Amino acid sequence: MSQTLQNVKPGKPWQPSAKQRVTDFTILFAAVLTSYLIVEFTAMKGKLAYFFLFFLALAIFNLIRGTITRDFMNGSDQFFSVIMLLGMTLVVIPTADILYTVFERGRKGLHAGLLTNDMAMATPSDPITSGGLLHAIIGTFLLVSVALILSVPIGILTALYLTEIKGRFTRPIRFLVQAMSGVPSIVAGLFILSSIVYTITKSYSGFVGSLALTILMIPTIARTAEEVLNLIPNDLREAGVALGGTQWRTVAMVVIPAARSGLITALILGVARIVGETAPILLLTGGGDAVNFNPTSGAMGSLPFYIWKSFLLGTEESITRGWAGLLVLLVLVLILFIMARVLGSRRTK
Amino acid sequence: MSFDKPKDKKKENSVTTPSSLASVASTTRKPGTNRLGIGLEARGVHAWFGKHHALANVSLDFAAGTVTALIGPSGCGKSTFIRTLNRMHEFIPGAAMAGEVLLDGKDIYEQGTDVTKIRLKIGMVFQKPNPFPSMTIGENVLSGLKLAQLKNANKDELMEECLVRAGLWNEVKDRLNAHGGSLSGGQQQRLCIARALAVNPQVLLMDEPCSALDPGSTLRIEETIKELSETMTIIIVTHNMQQAARVSDFTAFFLADGGPGEMIETAPTSQIFSQPRDKRTENYVTGRFG
Repeated sequence: MSQTLQNVKPGKPWQPSAKQRVTDFTILFAAVLTSYLIVEFTAMKGKLAYFFLFFLALAIFNLIRGTITRDFMNGSDQFFSVIMLLGMTLVVIPTADILYTVFERGRKGLHAGLLTNDMAMATPSDPITSGGLLHAIIGTFLLVSVALILSVPIGILTALYLTEIKGRFTRPIRFLVQAMSGVPSIVAGLFILSSIVYTITKSYSGFVGSLALTILMIPTIARTAEEVLNLIPNDLREAGVALGGTQWRTVAMVVIPAARSGLITALILGVARIVGETAPILLLTGGGDAVNFNPTSGAMGSLPFYIWKSFLLGTEESITRGWAGLLVLLVLVLILFIMARVLGSRRTK
Repeated sequence: MSFDKPKDKKKENSVTTPSSLASVASTTRKPGTNRLGIGLEARGVHAWFGKHHALANVSLDFAAGTVTALIGPSGCGKSTFIRTLNRMHEFIPGAAMAGEVLLDGKDIYEQGTDVTKIRLKIGMVFQKPNPFPSMTIGENVLSGLKLAQLKNANKDELMEECLVRAGLWNEVKDRLNAHGGSLSGGQQQRLCIARALAVNPQVLLMDEPCSALDPGSTLRIEETIKELSETMTIIIVTHNMQQAARVSDFTAFFLADGGPGEMIETAPTSQIFSQPRDKRTENYVTGRFG
């Protein structure tokens, strides 16, 4: 018994055999060759022609191979597998290219004082090593924080109304939230500009910028949170109520903790929606070059503003600064997402 | 919306009076302690889902300290009926009801009744095990105390007592801090029973508690039901007639014959299975239909 058990080795019989691998490779090579020949001897030229001809040839060869070895069903299955691969590549290549470009160009703008200095004492044509974007990071952080404080309670409570209370206004409110998520950011900015800045505050500040960001953030948070809360099985709500809890205590103790990681995702998606938002920032915050810790008064810089301004100034140094700002913004978003993942998955295992 | 309220009919349709049931119960088992009160009585209960009349004119008495099984084919209104008994029926959008449900002689549907207090006295175990996923096993057991904001000085003792009574203590005592979702289906259902026991209900409603479980877990839960019946009134919905015969003192047969579900017959369990009065009951319990 133990003898036979020792002789058995774990295998993966569903994986392609050596012969299949050879035909796979042959087809790949044939597709490369075909695309090369067509580009060489016809009017079609350029990288894009290579790219599409390669995938087209690969798809057709796989279709033929599948039809010959098995049947047409199998052939078309393989054909569409290649088409999916093409779609995936079309998504990944531009994304990877953007990341690479930002990293490559932003890298030149990095220096030791980048995260500790502001631009108050630096002029556009100063060498890159002078100045930094501390003011922009602090500004973005404050703008996002204030917008979060304002929009999270409103967004989550809206979602709770839509999923838990299901009152008479559920349908109009859901419609309104969906419509709001399509509001162009410049409209939100102009709304705050005309209703708050011109009439009440009469000056730019970080806070009014946050108000505009809040308008953009609420629908994202509310819609994502609604979807997450809808996924919580009704059994849990019934169990909570059957144990003698009021609806509010059931929601607070059972539903929200069960939806915790999803709600954190909603929050992060909301932040991701607004962190790079530029139009309302340009209209409302004034975009200072010095560090400003007070959101309620004075011009406040931010990363999108810094990037916009750097490119606008047009000197070689300031454009490099702009790329560095883009790199920092991307890294910031990346850190946010990782944090959200860690926070969201810690206890739901 | 207008529903024909059967207020005038309910008295004559009442099949048994609570006193007659209680006297039968006292011959089969010890009469309930004072804490149990006089039991639960449904008087002419109707239930609707929107326009759909799901349950018509059910009058049933559950004497304190007895186990009553509700049997009948799917869609006959058993679950709907059991949910009217602790006011879970109203949780469904579009639901409506008529009739009275008396707990110790007091209508639980009376205006001004605190529904959360009613559900504390009449606990419920659902068909699908539904432990709270964000809580540990121990927190799940005590969740009722937190939900209803009850004070209890010795939580560890209560937790152990409830888990022992639900027949789960030996299996989980070393991992009370694990998540409820890490248990097997049968263990999860016993955890849900323990959770329902922690708030010390007078009546425990069980809506097909074993339908998703294997025979071994079913047996454990049936043992649990027998032990619990010493200290509480139990009403169990089941599709399993052997189970009804094994655990219950009384059985009520429900049937929806084209129209709304109705209670056809109720009697001591042995009588329902040996000499049912109604032909339809006989057909069902002998397996000729349903």
